[in-house]
Amino acid sequence: MVRLEENNNRLALAKQLVDQLESGSAQEAEQTIDLLAGFNENNLFREVGRLTRELHNAINGFLLDTRITELAAHEMPDASERLNYVIQMTENAAHTSLGAVEAGLPLAEELGSEARVLANDWQRFQQRELSVEEFRVLVRQLTDFLRTTGDYSGKLHGKLSEVLMAQDYQDLTGQIIRQVITLIRDVEDKLVRLVSLSGDVNKQRVVKPGTVLEGPAVPGLDQRDQVSGQDEVDDLLSSLGF
Amino acid sequence: MKILVVDDFSTMRRIIKNLLRDLGFTNTQEADDGNTGLPMLQSGNFDFLITDWNMPGMTGIDLLKAVRADPRLSKLPVLLVTAESKREQIIEAAQAGVNGYVVKPFTATTLEEKISKIFERVQA
Repeated sequence: MVRLEENNNRLALAKQLVDQLESGSAQEAEQTIDLLAGFNENNLFREVGRLTRELHNAINGFLLDTRITELAAHEMPDASERLNYVIQMTENAAHTSLGAVEAGLPLAEELGSEARVLANDWQRFQQRELSVEEFRVLVRQLTDFLRTTGDYSGKLHGKLSEVLMAQDYQDLTGQIIRQVITLIRDVEDKLVRLVSLSGDVNKQRVVKPGTVLEGPAVPGLDQRDQVSGQDEVDDLLSSLGF
Repeated sequence: MKILVVDDFSTMRRIIKNLLRDLGFTNTQEADDGNTGLPMLQSGNFDFLITDWNMPGMTGIDLLKAVRADPRLSKLPVLLVTAESKREQIIEAAQAGVNGYVVKPFTATTLEEKISKIFERVQA
């Protein structure tokens, strides 16, 4: 309807312009030309105005979603820190395990080679091939060997326990990686919404984050209200009457 | 002494089971969250529960609350072994009636200490 009315107006103005030019009234013709040009400008301004308003609404709606600010300002940098911590923890665990294995292998090796020497002498003793002096030496060696075996078995147990405990990284890094996966899904969701925003401006919903479990404390992050170790846990519990 | 170890990470369950074996506790069973752990406790005559906090399904704190709410289990000693280390969480666990709280990563000595402390108190 608006278009039709506009066209009619333009047609009327155009006819008026022809009349004015034919009758030689130049000044009036000038005014009519200005009026005709004004139509286009008005349309342009209206269109720019509409686009500006839509863009403004879209941006405002997007900014209202506080999750995005939170994601960009805190959670993405935090995620990098967390992943760095995963690298550090896995590296530490690998070094601890390797160190314990490297310390344990020579002990096992030494016990084995000592046992082989003694087994040989023992066999000679059973075959009555040892002199009295050689037998005395064998008894001393056996006494030493039994003591060493007890000692080394304790040491090996300790080294194997170190390897065992070092495997706790899998639980702790697993929890951290899960958190980062959740974050990536969140970011993906926001990006999909950003893409769909160009076509459709939805009312944004502000999502309040619920109470979430924090998982393993990452050094440099998470210092808020977090205890720094078992001693502080014990102190806190004993202050509560434990 | 029959002990139930609840943790969603199988590696952590193995670590705890091995440490318990070193301490002389060989009768242990495993569950991967509260939903599988609670029915085991209800039907299994367990003497001790060691549980993680953050698990999919039923969390350790909910399992603890369920244990305390069950008349047949309410006296069961419970040790939380968890990476959750916020003060308010430790307080929440204490209020829910936990017997001990160990933060991950922990040492074999810490676990041993907490377990023997709990038994001393239970027997006293």
